[in-house]
Amino acid sequence: MKKLLLATTAAAMTMGASIGASNADEVKLGILIGFTGPIESLTGHMADGAELAIAEVSESGLFMGGSTVTGVRADTGCIDNALSTSNAERLINAEGIAGLIGGDCSGVTGAILSNVAIPNGMVMISPSATSPALSTVEDNNLFFRTAPSDAREGQVMSDVLMDRGFKSVALTYTNNDYGKGLADAFQSAYEAAGGKVTISTSHEDGKADYSAEVGALASAGGDIVVVAGYLDQGGLGIIQGSLDSGAFDKFVLPGGMIGESITDNLGADLNGSFGQIAGSGSDGAKKLAEMAKAAGFDGTSPYTPESYDAAALFLLAMQASGSTDPAVYGAKILDVANAPGEKIYPGDLAKALKILADGGEVDYSGGSDVELIGPGESAGSYREIEVIDAKIETVRFR
Amino acid sequence: MDFLNAFVALANYVLVPGIAYGAQLALGALGVTLIYGILRFSNFAHGDTMAFGAMVTILFTWWFQSMGINFGVLPTALLALPFGIAATSALLLGTDRLIYRFYRKQKAAPVILVIASMGVMFVMNGLVRFIIGPDNQRFADGERFIMRARDFKEMTGLSEGLAFKTSQGITIVTAVAVVAALFWFLNRTRTGKSMRAFSDNEDLALLSGINPERVVMVTWLIVAALATIAGTLYGLDKSFKPFTYFQLLLPIFASAIVGGLGSPLGAIVGGFVIAFSEVTVTYAFKKVVGYLGPEGWEPDTLVQLLSTDYKFAVSFAILIIVLLFRPTGLFAGKSV
Repeated sequence: MKKLLLATTAAAMTMGASIGASNADEVKLGILIGFTGPIESLTGHMADGAELAIAEVSESGLFMGGSTVTGVRADTGCIDNALSTSNAERLINAEGIAGLIGGDCSGVTGAILSNVAIPNGMVMISPSATSPALSTVEDNNLFFRTAPSDAREGQVMSDVLMDRGFKSVALTYTNNDYGKGLADAFQSAYEAAGGKVTISTSHEDGKADYSAEVGALASAGGDIVVVAGYLDQGGLGIIQGSLDSGAFDKFVLPGGMIGESITDNLGADLNGSFGQIAGSGSDGAKKLAEMAKAAGFDGTSPYTPESYDAAALFLLAMQASGSTDPAVYGAKILDVANAPGEKIYPGDLAKALKILADGGEVDYSGGSDVELIGPGESAGSYREIEVIDAKIETVRFR
Repeated sequence: MDFLNAFVALANYVLVPGIAYGAQLALGALGVTLIYGILRFSNFAHGDTMAFGAMVTILFTWWFQSMGINFGVLPTALLALPFGIAATSALLLGTDRLIYRFYRKQKAAPVILVIASMGVMFVMNGLVRFIIGPDNQRFADGERFIMRARDFKEMTGLSEGLAFKTSQGITIVTAVAVVAALFWFLNRTRTGKSMRAFSDNEDLALLSGINPERVVMVTWLIVAALATIAGTLYGLDKSFKPFTYFQLLLPIFASAIVGGLGSPLGAIVGGFVIAFSEVTVTYAFKKVVGYLGPEGWEPDTLVQLLSTDYKFAVSFAILIIVLLFRPTGLFAGKSV
């Protein structure tokens, strides 16, 4: 029975593959990110970013002999493993996607990778999963990310604090893979640099009241609080509670806390708080921002350039290998992302497709200065931001 | 030794939030205890009734805000409150007519009513999410603070600040007013007395000519008012998210049971007992101890009994201890 099942599954899969090959004129990319949940205010722009690259490639008419590409959106809920894996299954088996852009938050990304992507041999490029644990996970070379690991962000955050002269901090993190990973990475970097972490405590998302957590942070003391949480969730609650009780008035905001909604919610109370988020000041980022503006969305929103780049990497790798089979084009992703080759920025995708079709090489740089290192993750450039007059302003790049 | 700073730190993080939270729990527990005393079942739908009442209030608040009506320094939600109470009354009378009355006629055992109320809870839960969505909603306006921590520091010259939010002030004042009105109603008016008589001995009350349907109706009306007020105050002070009201059910029941189910006074005391246990057990006393001890004796540890993650475990633990050793609660309500 088991053998029979296996045989039919194998037959179905080969059939699926052959159908895929014969219908090569339409290629689908899954966009599997949290359209609901803790980072829902970011994901709309992220998906628009990915679809911008998809449209650019599709409309060029140069992709794999004139094939068109479409994006298929699906939700992860950011923290909902069951929803994410079932949606990933659906994208792969029902929609027949050729590549998976996603997931977004680190926990669900790990779940999709081990439960769906590896068994199905599907390549994933995550634009925003940043947990250090994903660097070491056994991924059969199927997992890449255009976002840097939090181990790097922890180091950058420690540098920012030291440069600004903060020697003692209280630390709170959202109780999941992302929060814990970032908090640990930051704490070890900061203590190595001679700083003191007075307390490292977790908070749960989705509570009505964080006064108890704020009380513990205030009691432990420190010059400033590092809030490694989410801007639409507990992180906002902690900041609001701290401001209300007068416990702290300045906050360090890592990537998950930066977005429009935080200044919309807190306004000028947040002035003087600072932080850092993956992003670069490169010409590519500026160019993408202009293109996004013309297309009607915000290309500077966090992880939006990374999403554009994730989609572009998929399509360029497919073009380079001449195949939409993950097992074939997967090996090409590192090639198109890194030197040697001609530098490719947003808007240049048609040129890149042409170079690849002619057998040349490209070094995709994109909107986030893509340089994939180690196990296929972004080396990471960061934007240091500060809240000035209730607006998030970029101060410098690191 | 610095008693003043120690006291202010304690007041800022324990006393003021504890009193406000206690008042919110007490209002919720009063509703639960009234239903238990008069209708004789534990109403699991109470948390979601609070969510429904708060939701209607929020919708009216938004409408008022869009028309430019406001309440000066006070939140507009207070103006919308009567509309919330009216809608919640209609909802509760409707559910009673549709569901509970059937079981009452059957003289069903209390446990059946409890399970029925669980069904009502899920329906209300869905209704609220369907109308306003599962997300956090903001509706507070007006002046946010009576006293800002920074202003307090400047005024007194102490190194610790004391913040007092408008919502906390309103919560405390409203709770006192509502409780006073409720006690006056139960002890002084004819309807209130007949409700107490019905609660003490149903058969005797029926024999002396009290109309049971009227008692039931008045009870639901009072419960609707209490639930809406409690829900709105909680939403104003903390934040409105439907799921948190469902979670609130545990501390509310713990309050009602600790105080003694069926005893209004017990519900109030129980609310404060639970609120202060939750806040003090999870508070890190490092700073306070540091101020009280001699110079340089500030402890290295946080002096925290339980991590804040265990907040709900505290209500559970108190609930179990009371049920084990004093099942009738502090104020000798009905044994559970």
